[in-house]
Amino acid sequence: MLGTTFLVFAMMRLMPGDFTDFLGGDFGALDAETKAIIQASFGLDQNWAVQYVGWIGDLLRGDFGVSVYSGRPISGDLLQRLPITLELGIFAMVINLVIGIPIGIISAVRQFTWYDYTGRAGAIALLAVPNFWIALLAISLAGKYALWAVPSPTYPGLFEDPIANLKFMAFPALLTGAAGAGYQMRFSRTAMLEVMRQDYIRTAWSKGLQERQVILKHGLRNALIPIVTVIGLFLPALIGGTVVIETIYSIPGMGRYFIHALNGRDIFIVQALAVIFTMVVIVSNFLVDIAYSILNPRIRYS
Amino acid sequence: MTSTSTHIDDDETQAALFGMRKEDDRSKFLKAISGTWSFARGYPMGMMGAVIMLILVTMAVIPQLFTPLAVQKADSIIGIHISDRFETPSWDFWFGTNALGRDMYGRLVYGARTAIMIGFGAVILAKLLSTVIGTVSAFFGGWVDNTLQRIVEMVQAIPTLVFLILFVVMLEPRMPDIGPLSSDMLVILLVVAVHSGFVSSRTVRGVALSLREETYVEAAQSLGASDSRIMVRHIVPNLIAYVIVSASLFVGAAVLLESSLSFLGYGVQPPAPSWGRELNEAREELARYPHLAFFPGLFIFATVWSFNMFGDALRDRLDPRLRGST
Repeated sequence: MLGTTFLVFAMMRLMPGDFTDFLGGDFGALDAETKAIIQASFGLDQNWAVQYVGWIGDLLRGDFGVSVYSGRPISGDLLQRLPITLELGIFAMVINLVIGIPIGIISAVRQFTWYDYTGRAGAIALLAVPNFWIALLAISLAGKYALWAVPSPTYPGLFEDPIANLKFMAFPALLTGAAGAGYQMRFSRTAMLEVMRQDYIRTAWSKGLQERQVILKHGLRNALIPIVTVIGLFLPALIGGTVVIETIYSIPGMGRYFIHALNGRDIFIVQALAVIFTMVVIVSNFLVDIAYSILNPRIRYS
Repeated sequence: MTSTSTHIDDDETQAALFGMRKEDDRSKFLKAISGTWSFARGYPMGMMGAVIMLILVTMAVIPQLFTPLAVQKADSIIGIHISDRFETPSWDFWFGTNALGRDMYGRLVYGARTAIMIGFGAVILAKLLSTVIGTVSAFFGGWVDNTLQRIVEMVQAIPTLVFLILFVVMLEPRMPDIGPLSSDMLVILLVVAVHSGFVSSRTVRGVALSLREETYVEAAQSLGASDSRIMVRHIVPNLIAYVIVSASLFVGAAVLLESSLSFLGYGVQPPAPSWGRELNEAREELARYPHLAFFPGLFIFATVWSFNMFGDALRDRLDPRLRGST
């Protein structure tokens, strides 16, 4: 964790060009002296170690610093944007699981049938399709035939206008989720196949249990253990996916914030976001570990 | 091409092992044909992937083969032709022309070179790196393993695309142009390779750990073989099948990452042709000219799909134990 903060910090200081290059705007570039004064006002003239320790101290107190352009504290902007990305991420995750796991299971239980072949071909196609391509095609088709997936120019709040919000989010979420669903399908299938070959499944069949019970209670329960780990692995890709999709659909979430800040070299924002993204991944991996030990009582973390 | 080479390898090792006479070239050739044929029959989808893959690689090496006389001039691909802007697909411009009047079909064909170069380059580097890190980490254990694994965890915790974007922005102006690779392509290649090298060294380490416990390693050790000899002669050769399979599955991912980066504007810089970049430019005129967005994506999809299909079949063929794992 500390290592990542250091890495991110070092990267931002090594980045070529800085925001003072952009500040001059229409009046031409600022001269070196003015630049130095502005940089000093953000404490960027101190040596790295001082800056780093100061930044970590602020982070621990929950202070992310300010945007170099607007001067607004970053935490305020984040509070606005975080729920939006969270909504997108959660929807995407749900879609990923809802598409991925059942198809994976059907494909495993009915191995070497048409269900299986279709499922697997679909999974491989999903893995290969660039989701930004589908997003562009969807937008262009929607523009031509006036389908309901037309991206509205502004983002309607979830609580102000729930229906418009869901309409707005449905397609981006579907695309972000579908990107990982291919992996999920393949993985669920493998996990389920492995489990269905076990002795206790044969026992369950020979006890005369119903198919549903064998598959869901005896099979899925055990297959869930490896499946849960993939959810953890899927997260870094999911965050990347939201960056791309938010850019295309102009969703004012964290991903677009990141790209904007990076292009303007708004370093404190980029730093803060990189750390938050990383934290999300680490925390969710931790949660996956916990879920793991609940699902599989044989594992005990000492 | 691959199934055949494994056949030949098998023969060679067998010949070496049992002191047999090496087969002559003619029967080798026949073997190669029959090997390819049995691969095609056993894995029709894999063979289809291989065929598309071959077409794409040819496209990357000799793009002139695919472009008709009219667009053979590099000019129609790089230059600016205001009078030809936004042509819809026609006999002259198969896929239409873009905002600068450049022929889309030609650009996409030439884009194959960018994609394949970055894809293959990144994969080769990444697999070398992951083999070295994984083997060293597993073999030495202790503090070496600890340090390396902490670094791997650090890289893993940062979301892939965020990691790539940050490093590309940081390194791009500091890179030299090397031969056909301009600095922007080189930096993508390196960053993708390093990221994947670290992340996938995890699994290599796992495999190497189990190999370290094998009796033949113990035997070599008791015979007084040095650490480096054991790693190079005993552990790495046994990793090769695994590494080749995972490499063939990763080319598609690398191409996808390159096009994502280019799409976001951090990748290949114009006027070099890149599929992701082409999609990015198509965004501006999406409502009026959707065909500009359709074809580049189709190329990306076909490339990634064919490499994945081929890699899948290859894995089933070379190492059935890995079947079905992602």
